[in-house]
This record gives sequence, C-alpha cells and structure tokens, in this order.
Amino acid sequence: MSLKYTVEHEWVDADHAVATVGITHHAQDALGDVVFVELPEVGKTFAQGEVTGVVESVKAAADVYMPVSGEIVEVNEALRDEPALANTDPLGAGWFFKVRLSNSAELDALMDEAAYKALTH
Amino acid sequence: MTDIATGTANSDTPLLRTPLYDLHLELGARMVPFAGYSMPVQYPAGLIAEHLHTRTAAGLFDVSHMGQLSIGGADAAPALESLMPVDVIGLAPGRQRYGTLLNDNAGILDDLMFTRRASDFLVIVNGACKVADTAHIQQHIGARCQVTPLPGAALLALQGPLAATALERLVPGVSGLIFMSGNSLVWQGQELFITRSGYTGEDGFEISIPSEAALAFARAVLQQPEVKPIGLGARNSLRLEAGLCLYGNDIDSNTTPAEANLLWAVQKVRRNGGARAGGFPGAQRLLAQIDAGCARVRVGLRALERVPVREHTALHVPGRAAVGEVTSGLLGPTADAPIAMAYVAVAHSVPGTRLDAMVRGKPVPMQICPMPFVPHRYHRG
Repeated sequence: MSLKYTVEHEWVDADHAVATVGITHHAQDALGDVVFVELPEVGKTFAQGEVTGVVESVKAAADVYMPVSGEIVEVNEALRDEPALANTDPLGAGWFFKVRLSNSAELDALMDEAAYKALTH
Repeated sequence: MTDIATGTANSDTPLLRTPLYDLHLELGARMVPFAGYSMPVQYPAGLIAEHLHTRTAAGLFDVSHMGQLSIGGADAAPALESLMPVDVIGLAPGRQRYGTLLNDNAGILDDLMFTRRASDFLVIVNGACKVADTAHIQQHIGARCQVTPLPGAALLALQGPLAATALERLVPGVSGLIFMSGNSLVWQGQELFITRSGYTGEDGFEISIPSEAALAFARAVLQQPEVKPIGLGARNSLRLEAGLCLYGNDIDSNTTPAEANLLWAVQKVRRNGGARAGGFPGAQRLLAQIDAGCARVRVGLRALERVPVREHTALHVPGRAAVGEVTSGLLGPTADAPIAMAYVAVAHSVPGTRLDAMVRGKPVPMQICPMPFVPHRYHRG
C-alpha cells in the first residue's frame, strides 16, 4: 500500500482509480473508543474538503472530510454494527468508504507517510 | 477529521497539578485541562473499559481539583442553611447531604456535598466553581462562622461494588459507613475523612486526605486487585447513566432546583408550610415554582436508534416545533444505548413521550424515560 494522508487525519489508499479512505491510527487513538460512525450515501458525490459524515467516541465527535473529490462507490457496512473496528484496525477492517476519483491530481498534494509522521509527532 | 481532543492547553494560564499528577503520567494517562487543572481524561485501558470496570469492580478517581471547605463555629448550621434550600440544621452528626447554592433568582450557583463533622461542616464543591463559591460564602456568612478553604487536602474517590472490600483492607472499619455518612479514619498515621458517597451511582467512598499523603495512599489503593485508575471521561459517562447533573451542562445559574428536577434535595422543612420555610436566596421564586410548577423541566431521554445525541441538540415534537434542548448526551457503555439529559417544556416531559433530536439536520427518535438510566447501587445499610 502507498498510503497518502490529510491534515484532518484521514488516510487514502491511492493505488487505484477507486481509492479507499479511513481514519489514521493517530486519529482513532486521539478520539478514544469509537461508538458511532455516520457513513456517506453510496452514489453521492463530494468535493475535496466537504464533510462526508462523522465519527464519534463516548466523549467526542469529529467530522470526516472528503480527502479527494469523487463519487462514493462503497461504504464499510461493518462499521455500523461494530464501530470499534475503527480503533482495532483503522488501516484495515476499519476503513470508511471507497471513492471513484474525479481528479487524481489531488492525490499529489496529500502527505506521504513521512510527512504525516512529522505532523503527528 | 478535525476537533480531536489533543489534551493540549491553549490558555496562557499555567495549569494546576494535583498531588497525583506524576502518578497519572506514570500510569500513561492522557491529560487534559479541566477546571484549571491538568487532569487525566483516560488511562491506556480507555474510557469504556474504565467505565465497565467501575460498574463491576472498583475504580480510583483523582478529584483533587474539587474544592474543599471547612465551615465551623456555633452558628455554622443556620448560616449555611441561609444559602441553600436545604435542611442543614436537622442534619445529624456524621451524616452527609447534597445541596445547591442559589442566587437571588433561585439559579444554581453550584451544587455541593456537605457533611456534619464534630466541630464543622466539610463542604465539597465543583472545581470550576470553588473560587466563586468561597467568595460567595465568605461574603454572605463569613461574619457568622469560620469559612476555611482546605487547599492542603487532596480528594480521591473509590467507586464500584468492590470498593468496600478493597478499602477495608487498608482502612479497617470503613465498610461500617452507610451511604451519605462520613467519619475520620486513620491510614498509616494519617487522618482521612471518608464519606460513603460518590458520583457514579455505585457504592463507594470519597476520601479527603492531606496532600502529602495522597500519592502513597493512591498507590496503596491501586495495589488492591479490584482497583484500576479511572479518568474524567468515564466519570462523566458514569454520572450521566446515574442521572446525576454536571454543573455547567445540566444545571447552572439560569436553572432552578425545581426546573432541574432536584426537589428531592429541597427538604419539606424549607418549603411552604415547613417550620423553616424560605430564608434562602431566591426563595420566593423557588417556592412558587414548587407550588405552581415551572415552564420547563430536566428529563432523561433514550435514543431509539444507535446515534449519540450530544449537548445543545434541539428536541422537537416529531415534525413540529422545538420544545427543548439536550444538556448532556453520550452512548452509555452500561446502558448500551445513547442516553441524554435535556430541558423540555413541561407539557412534553412525561415518560414515554416521543421527541426527535435534530442531529446534523436529521431527526433521531428519542423517548423520555425515568432516570437513573442504570440503577443506583448505594450501600444504605
């Protein structure tokens, strides 16, 4: 995987025309136990930076932003019944949604892992 | 994703530290600013695990940010009674009671616990209010009694069904206390003042201890197999499940004890027809509300979908106008459902009433329900 990262603590798996998006390990750690994830509707289109939904722990709620413009093609239904997947496997089984990229050039402006690590340490 | 709690302070005022600050760091706590102090919001186990541990075993909380006051002197009981709609004079030695400091409009300046000791009252107030409370109390009754802040004392809470088992090993005799009573007890030569009370809905104790002994005592408590450290995050979810108010959210200077559904804490002797009716700030308004009712009241709500409903969320009659607002809300780990407290118009306050919480523009169905959300398990003897 060649993951890209946003300053809003999302990751993007950018290997394909369809990218997978989730929240980072740092994000889930800062939030604490995730108890609710509001996912976007499949088929809906978002511009980069738009709010797609929310992720909530017992103590806090945080907006989830669209890291790259495009159409939602799939959401992680497992998160509805088991939101804690965002804590236990944020880069794997805890993914949020998949998006068909409408402007793959946006990927170039996202951070690579080294830059994201520098941001969060 | 933004708005992650980072635990960093953006105030210029340096945060105060409790005597257990180094212990919190050693235990891996995430520290956050709270009431002017750097306090542990959670330990590595996490909020839900800490919450459930407190409900099933015993949890140790550092609540040393809270204010402790001694109010002494021959006139202390009537003096304290002149500030609250509460029976202070009739409180027996060794017993503890919950009270509210009121302003002239019957708004709640703070809520507090007080215990009648041999020669004074020990009063425990909220950390964020303690400076203002002390000034208020001094101003109104300082000439009638001795009002003494106790900044040299730490305050720990040990809460949960196994709290008595754990504490009895260290402080023999402590399990003889019953709910809402207190006594001086000795641990390793240090005098502790321990009450059987707390703010989780569970059996447990609050322990006032000289600051210099607090660290060693906390370590001794944490060595008991039943006990784990618990942060402020779980303290909040535990108190909400127990139906207990958080000052600043569920009660404040714009809410009265009648509106806040706290009339269990206004004894009959202070109400109209009682032997010592009135005689506290805001008496006219509060007593009128007790007799005639008020326009809005604090209620509990449970969501019928698994969507957390948080403070400031508007509550609507389905498809119609707003009739209230949430003041505290979260997914209760033991209740296993989103729960909330809110103020609603009295006409819509009956248990069973369906209201919609407007969460991000979408209605989340909720139902008004009795509190507590999780049954209290106090040790009433």
